[in-house]
Amino acid sequence: MDSFWSVLFSTDFAFSVLRVTTPILLAALGALISNKAGIVNIGMEGTMLVGALTGVIVSAYTGSAWIGLLGAVMSGITLSAILAYFTLKIKTHIILGGIAINMFASGGTVFILYLVSGDKGTSTSLQSKVLPNLHIPLLQDIPLIGPILSGHNVLTYVSLLAVAGVYYMLKRTPLGLQIRSVGENPQAAQSVGISVAKIQFIALLLSGFFASLGGAFMSMGYLSLFSRDMTAGRGWIAIAAEALGGGSTIGTFVASLIFGATNAMANALQILNIPSELISTFPYVATVVGLLVYAMIESKRKKRKKGI
Amino acid sequence: MLKYFDAIRTLISVAIALVIAFLIIAMISEQPLETISIFLLGPISTTAQIGNVVEMSIPLMFTGLSVVLLFRSGLFNLGAEGLFYISGVIAAIIAIYASMNSFIHPVVAILGGSTVGALLSAIPGIMKAKWNAEVLVTSLMFNSILSGIGLYILNYHLRDAAAFANVSYKFQETARLANLIPGTRIHTGLILVLCCIVATHYFMYHTRWGYELRMTGSNRAFAEFSGIKTARVIITVHLIAGFLAGMGGAVEVLGMYSRFQWSSLPGYGLDGALVALLAKNNPLSVVGAALFLAYIRIGADQMSIMSDVPAELISIIQAIIILLISAEQFLKMWKNRQLLKEAEKLG
Amino acid sequence: MRRIPFNSIRPPSLGWRGAKGRTVMRQNVLEMRNITKVYQNGVTANRNVDFSLREGEIHALAGENGAGKSTLMKILFGMEAPSDGEIRLRGEGMRFQTPQDAIEKGIGMVHQHFMLVPSFTVAENMVLGMEPKRGLGIHYEEAVRMTQELSDKYQLTVDPRAKVESLSVGMKQKVEILKALLRGAKILILDEPTAVLTPQETEELFKQLLVLKQEGHTIVFISHKLKEVKAICDRITIMRSGTSAGVFDMADVTEQEISRLMVGRDVVLKYDKAESFYGPPVLDVQGLTYVNALDKKALNDIRLSIRTGEIVGIAGVEGNGQAELVKALTGGLGGRVKGSAKVNGSELISLDMRSIRELGISYVPEDRMSQGAAKEESISDNIISTRYRSRDWNKGLFLKGKSIVRLAEKLIEEFKVRCSGPAQPIGMLSGGNMQKVIVARECSTDPILLIAEQPTRGVDIGAAQLVHKKLLEMRDQNCAILLISADLNEIMELSDTLYVMYGGELVAAFDKPSEVTEEELGLYMLGLKKQQGEHTGRGVTSDAQVL
Repeated sequence: MDSFWSVLFSTDFAFSVLRVTTPILLAALGALISNKAGIVNIGMEGTMLVGALTGVIVSAYTGSAWIGLLGAVMSGITLSAILAYFTLKIKTHIILGGIAINMFASGGTVFILYLVSGDKGTSTSLQSKVLPNLHIPLLQDIPLIGPILSGHNVLTYVSLLAVAGVYYMLKRTPLGLQIRSVGENPQAAQSVGISVAKIQFIALLLSGFFASLGGAFMSMGYLSLFSRDMTAGRGWIAIAAEALGGGSTIGTFVASLIFGATNAMANALQILNIPSELISTFPYVATVVGLLVYAMIESKRKKRKKGI
Repeated sequence: MLKYFDAIRTLISVAIALVIAFLIIAMISEQPLETISIFLLGPISTTAQIGNVVEMSIPLMFTGLSVVLLFRSGLFNLGAEGLFYISGVIAAIIAIYASMNSFIHPVVAILGGSTVGALLSAIPGIMKAKWNAEVLVTSLMFNSILSGIGLYILNYHLRDAAAFANVSYKFQETARLANLIPGTRIHTGLILVLCCIVATHYFMYHTRWGYELRMTGSNRAFAEFSGIKTARVIITVHLIAGFLAGMGGAVEVLGMYSRFQWSSLPGYGLDGALVALLAKNNPLSVVGAALFLAYIRIGADQMSIMSDVPAELISIIQAIIILLISAEQFLKMWKNRQLLKEAEKLG
Repeated sequence: MRRIPFNSIRPPSLGWRGAKGRTVMRQNVLEMRNITKVYQNGVTANRNVDFSLREGEIHALAGENGAGKSTLMKILFGMEAPSDGEIRLRGEGMRFQTPQDAIEKGIGMVHQHFMLVPSFTVAENMVLGMEPKRGLGIHYEEAVRMTQELSDKYQLTVDPRAKVESLSVGMKQKVEILKALLRGAKILILDEPTAVLTPQETEELFKQLLVLKQEGHTIVFISHKLKEVKAICDRITIMRSGTSAGVFDMADVTEQEISRLMVGRDVVLKYDKAESFYGPPVLDVQGLTYVNALDKKALNDIRLSIRTGEIVGIAGVEGNGQAELVKALTGGLGGRVKGSAKVNGSELISLDMRSIRELGISYVPEDRMSQGAAKEESISDNIISTRYRSRDWNKGLFLKGKSIVRLAEKLIEEFKVRCSGPAQPIGMLSGGNMQKVIVARECSTDPILLIAEQPTRGVDIGAAQLVHKKLLEMRDQNCAILLISADLNEIMELSDTLYVMYGGELVAAFDKPSEVTEEELGLYMLGLKKQQGEHTGRGVTSDAQVL
């Protein structure tokens, strides 16, 4: 028991929470933006995977981690643009479209990996680059806080800044206002001349942007290579985090942190002989319970309002 | 012509996907024509290959059928994946630890798996029927939860430490499904799934419950207006769909393996959505859709063994098929022209 | 009263007294000429309609439901393209493709269903799509200031920082008006603005409209409520059956005259009606009262009875409680209804739809697309939806497929449904044929009470006649029928007893509906007249009182 608490309260643990949270948080912010515009993008997992692979390949061929990151982002946006074209233009069902993206990514990344590296498992034969870790002067010298907050991968800091950025974007910019209006009352948006399809298109591109950043972190930060199905369900966790966060930026951030912590805690809890497999289900159970409570409240409210 | 619109659109979608696949093969293969011919003809080259196609189609039929029921009742539930997996685990437990004779044992194991599948499936169903909780997200969450629980059972209670990999103890011989056609691995599960398909077809088009299901799915307000208790229908559909998905998992485990060895979700649930899409939510068409999907997968496997193109090409084909088949506007112009013609004919 | 044809409205040159002169009669700011709108399904919503607005007037647009007011305004606001005709704004020809085009030319519309985002503040709703910026972000304080300024100028008091979801309906309406003004609206179309307001709110709205008028805005006021129209409008255009029935100065026309022009029949249908032989009462409604979510009495102490072999018609302008009455009788309002409604002695309030149908009640719903049919399913599936539970159509769990097909074939023939057979999906039929299938379904289960809500709306004349004959046939077979319709022709011809509904109340009852004049009916429908006393005593037309 003691060793459990000592693990849990170590700075290493707090550090790893932030690290593990990064990809979840980035993808969850992406899911948040598309949901706000009224479209459920369940292709997050696939988009992350494609971003992870593209980052590795591009960085290997250009020798630059930054160009690799750019490649990852471009690939994520392209994939989302395809999804957006099909769902908004020729009216493919958005959920089935998301399934298609995931199906494409899980096999397609292996397909491309094999063509590029001759290996179907990992990208070890590629000399891919890694995005740098940042040691923040002054901050790193503060006891306790320094070791937790300093020394992370650059994308971890990006993810934290992104929380503020997305919050500001949704709350305080014309684009954010329009995204939310499209999701909440498309007719109202239309009546003041906002193009619903255009805003949803932009929102989907943004969701792809954030998902691919999360993917790039997986292969160019968390690990230094690509391996098949390396996102291992983080895209789904992100969707859960958004749902549990109740559709708010702060809620999504907190939920992502909780999911990251559960993830990081899995190791610590193994000391107590609680199996990690079961711990990994906690976030999902929490999400189901959260959704249930929300649905109960909503249906009660609706019943009261029934029959105008 | 209009009657066949959906069929034609499906065929065109599949054709476009295949043409794109051929183009990709042509770009990357040293001998493109040979590769394409392996891909297209490999699955019917030997009896064993044909057997592979059929045996792979069995789980696809089960999950496809399960998803057809859910989609048909207007529910976007993708939970077949997790149910398929956990029911496989349940069947494995019964296959490992119970001892019975070789007739009863698989029956009990399959029923055990299906029942668990049905009960678990009812949870999102009840949440939807009673409080209108979004069934898509809850069913996805259930997939992850069931995957975690199944994995825990495998690692902590079924795992054979003596085995070289992360697999369970061996099943009792009595639990395994009998072989149906010598020279292949086709097992009695095929008969079971075909029976289920015919039964579902009959259920859907010739029984009161099936009628209620179709009306609820087509227009819930209309069903209510006619006096159908739609909440009950939704829960019933979830029970049946869960039962079928669960049966699929149990049958697959007992028919194809001697140990339980899935350390992650096997993917048949989402494949089921693709099958349902190809089958246009029609139970009898599930047979053809599942066989087609199994066919191109075996073809891709053959291709990757005998040529320089990896089997994962298949996922690109599948993605294109999904995008095109479910696209309302795809070929809509053509449909509208036909509609107009039809209207003129009727006057 | 003097009817003024459009062309002879005092021409601008007479009213406009030179550049420096006072304007005695103001100029036409907008002219819509010869507007015709034919929808793709062949329905003509507007036929050669002329409509004009003078600068700075409040102009009423009145007419029954389906008279073409909404279509005309949708054309003006760029939501629909006219099939023919022209729009001239300040003398300049216009072609509005989208509402945005109309907004840019200074036309604003306040829809009946508010176009607001509930979770936004008032200021955010105000500037949506035209946000003032500071750097990358919205200059929120500027938005608040703009809102406040406009709000002060027009005395439309709102709190710019309040969330819209927390506002009352009247407040939301103010926000909508301000929104249009912020976008530069000089001409403001208000679509039945008082329908959702309390009397106090209505009074306040009127004051604000007068302020707007003083500021030089021109207002189109769509309404059925003649007292309100009379109180606030300068002129009125009356529409009937897609055409303009006249334009008048308000001072020259009485409410009675407006009513007469609004309410009327075009073609008088005649059916051979057998003499009525009423049996005992089937439906007995007592003290039915329902307060809706806006705290309005949508149903106020309704008393009503229907005997076997009797068609009871309920006439009225839509939105006066007819829909709520039907909902109350078909389980749609749940437990919030007070009073009782008994069918052959069994209480049906608070029963669900299935139990209500099991009492022997059939129901032809107003909305055939969303309630009446499952579009993708076959005709025979749609026909058995209300009877598949009966032993005649199933053997336990299994449906009797052959009998069902035979039934469908029989009904298709009897109702002359044009289709390729019982297996054809009902969604592929025309509106009229679809309605025939629905009426066939509801009439062929031997109901003791049939509720028919707008049974011939939007269907062709052939289908309508077939439906009418069927209703009369049902009556002759001793079915009790409740007919709710806004179609005067239908309701006057078919009903044995006719009630008029206004403001949630039954305000008149007639024993011999075919002898009542349309003028008379119009007075009741528009709330200008109300019968006194015990009107459930049927046909006490004599002690009617003009309000």
